[in-house]
Amino acid sequence: MTRTTITRRGLGALLAAGLLASGLTACGNSDTGDSAGGDGKIVLGFSQVGAESGWRTANTTSIKEAAAAAGIELKFDDAQQKQENQIKAIRNFIQQKVDVIAFSPVVESGWDTVLKEAKDAKIPVILTDRAVDSADKSLYKTFIGSDFVKEGRLAGEWLVKEKQAATGPVNIVELQGTTGSAPANDRKKGFAEAIAANPNLKVVASQSGDFTRAGGKQVMEQFLKANPKIDVLFAHNDDMGLGALEAITAAGKVPGKDITIITIDAVKDGMQALADGKFNFIAECSPLLGPQLMDLVKKVKAGEEVPARVETEETTFTQEQAKAALPTRKY
Amino acid sequence: MSTVKARLAPVTGHRLFWPLVMLVVLLVANTVYRPSFLSVELKNGHLYGSLIDIVRLSAPLILVALGMSLVIATGGIDLSVGSVVAVSGAVACLWISEQPDQNSLGGVFTALAIAFGLALVLGVWNGVLVAVIGIQPIIATLILMVAGRGLAQLITSGQIITINSEPYKTIGVGHLLTLPFAIIIALVVAVIVAVLTRRTALGMIIESVGGNAEASRLAGIRSRRITLLVYVVSAACAAIAGFMMTANVSSADGNAAGLWVELDAILAVVIGGTSLAGGRFYLSGTIVGALIIQTLTTSVYAMNIDPQTALLFKAVVVIAVCLIQAPAFRARFRRKRPLAPPPAPTAEKQKEQVPA
Repeated sequence: MTRTTITRRGLGALLAAGLLASGLTACGNSDTGDSAGGDGKIVLGFSQVGAESGWRTANTTSIKEAAAAAGIELKFDDAQQKQENQIKAIRNFIQQKVDVIAFSPVVESGWDTVLKEAKDAKIPVILTDRAVDSADKSLYKTFIGSDFVKEGRLAGEWLVKEKQAATGPVNIVELQGTTGSAPANDRKKGFAEAIAANPNLKVVASQSGDFTRAGGKQVMEQFLKANPKIDVLFAHNDDMGLGALEAITAAGKVPGKDITIITIDAVKDGMQALADGKFNFIAECSPLLGPQLMDLVKKVKAGEEVPARVETEETTFTQEQAKAALPTRKY
Repeated sequence: MSTVKARLAPVTGHRLFWPLVMLVVLLVANTVYRPSFLSVELKNGHLYGSLIDIVRLSAPLILVALGMSLVIATGGIDLSVGSVVAVSGAVACLWISEQPDQNSLGGVFTALAIAFGLALVLGVWNGVLVAVIGIQPIIATLILMVAGRGLAQLITSGQIITINSEPYKTIGVGHLLTLPFAIIIALVVAVIVAVLTRRTALGMIIESVGGNAEASRLAGIRSRRITLLVYVVSAACAAIAGFMMTANVSSADGNAAGLWVELDAILAVVIGGTSLAGGRFYLSGTIVGALIIQTLTTSVYAMNIDPQTALLFKAVVVIAVCLIQAPAFRARFRRKRPLAPPPAPTAEKQKEQVPA
C-alpha cells in the first residue's frame, strides 16, 4: 500500500518536472503563427540547439536580425539541447507548411526519418553550424557552417610563420575540446597538418579541457609542472585559453611573452585577452552566419542550385587587429 | 607469518586501509612516471606543486561530498548539488559584476550572503519535497537538478560572467600561511561537520533516521526535521563549493560549473565506505574518496594519458577501488590462496548445517 503511494508520488513529481520542462520550451517559441506564408513572404522555420553559450546566443541574434533585414518571416524554436524537441519542432514546421526549414542539429545521428518527412512534403532543409551523418545527402540542400579543420590550420599556419626563425625545438602543448566532439577532432587535425611544415614544432602534451575555463586551467597546471619548457599553448577555444592564463600566471610566467598562446573562437573575453597582449593569435569561429543563411534560403526557395557546403565567412586576429575590432564586436 | 598477519589485522581491517592504499598507489605511479611529481616548492611565498594542486582542486568536491554523506546516511541522495553549485556561483558572480568596485569587501560579502541564502532556500525546497511531501529523494532532487541548471543559465543569461574581484578570487586561489585558502575552508567545514555529528548525538540520530525513519520517530526523534536538515546542509556545502569553483576561474559558467559533481560526490562517499542504503556514514572516508577522485583526474593530465583512453583508465581504477573494498571480493581471493583445501571441513560444515 505504502509502496504504491510512494510510486504515485514519484510519478507525480516526474510529471511535474516534465511539465516544467515543456513550459520552458514553450517560452522559447517566440513566434507562433499557425498559417504560413499568407502575404507572399518566405517563411523560414528555424530550430536552434539551445542557449548554452555566448557563442550560441550571438548565433541566434544574428539569425533573427538577418531574417528581419531580409524580409523573411522567421519561426524560431529553441530545442533546449534535446533532439526530441528538435524533431518535434521540425514536424511542426512541416505541418505549418513553411517554405524552408533550417536547423542546427543537437547531435549528428538519428535524423533520417524526420528529414525524409520534410523531403516528402517538398520542403527544402538547410543545416547550419553542425552537420548530420545521414548517408543520403539528398535529404538536405546544403550545410552552412564553420570549417573546423580550416580553423585549426589557420592557427597552425600562423605559428609556423611566427616561429620560422626558431632554430631549436619549439614545445607546444594543446588543450583539446570535449573528447570526440567534431570541433575538437577537426581543430586538432588541422593544426597538426599545418605545423608538420616545420619539424621543429612539436606537440609535447595534448589533453582535453572540455571547452571550459576550469578544465583548461586544471590541465594547464599539470602541463606546466610536467614540462619544464613550454613555448606555445594551442587551445581549441578561448575559454580554455582564458583558464590556462591563470595557471600560467600562478606558475610565475608571463602569458603572451614566455608562452605564446593561440586560441580559436574570438568571443569577447578572448578578444580582450588578445588586445591586452595575453593571447597572441585567435582564429575566428564566427556565429554570425545569419545574412549568409538568408541568402541561401532565398536561393533555395527560388529553386536555384546551391553548393552542398557553404563556409561561414571567418577571419583571424592578431593583437593589433583585436584592439581595432574590439569596440565593434557583437559578442 | 600468521602472527604478523594477526598484528596487522587492525590496520588492514580498517575501513580506510584499502582506499588509502589506492591513493598511495596512484601517487607512486605518478612519481615513477615523473619523479618530481611529489616535489613541493615555495613560489612567491606559496606552496607550489602537483600535490598542492590535488588538495586544492579536491576542496570543492570534499565539501559537496561531506553534505552528500549526511544525505546518504539518512537513506536519501541529493542529485541537485551540481545545480546548486552553478546557481550559487552564478548569483555571487552576477552580484559582484554589477558592483561599481568589484574589489570592495562589502560587495563581495553581500554577494556571498545572497547566494548562500538562495542555496539554503534550495536546500529547504529539497528537504520539504523529501521530508514533508514524501517524494523519493532521487526524484525530488532530480527536479532541482534539471530546473537549477536552467535557473543558473537564466541568471547568467546564457553567457559566461567574468569578474575581476581580488577578494572573491581569494576563495578559489588565495593562500593563507602558504596553504591554498580553498583547502583551509574545506578543512574548517569538515571539522565543523565532524564535531557537530560525532561529538554530539546528531550523527547517531542521522544514522538512526537512515536505519529506520519510522522507528526513530517512535523513539522520539523528529525524523522529518533531521531529513530536512541534511538537505539544507548539503545545499550549503554545495554553495561554498560553488564559490570556490567560480572563484578558481573568476567567472561563472551556468552551463559547466559543477556539471556532474553530484556523481563524483556520490562516488567519493561510496569509496569512503558509506553504504548507499543509509544508516551509517564515514566523513574521513568521504574525504579520502574525494582525494582519490581528484588524484585520478590529475594523474591523467600529469601522465599525459591520451584523452580517448582516459575515461577507460578512470573506470578501471574506480572499479578496482570498489572491488578491493568489497569484503566479499577480498574473501574470495583469500579463500583461494590456501591450496587444495581439505574436504573434511566442508563435510563438517554440512553436518553443522543439517541440524540447523
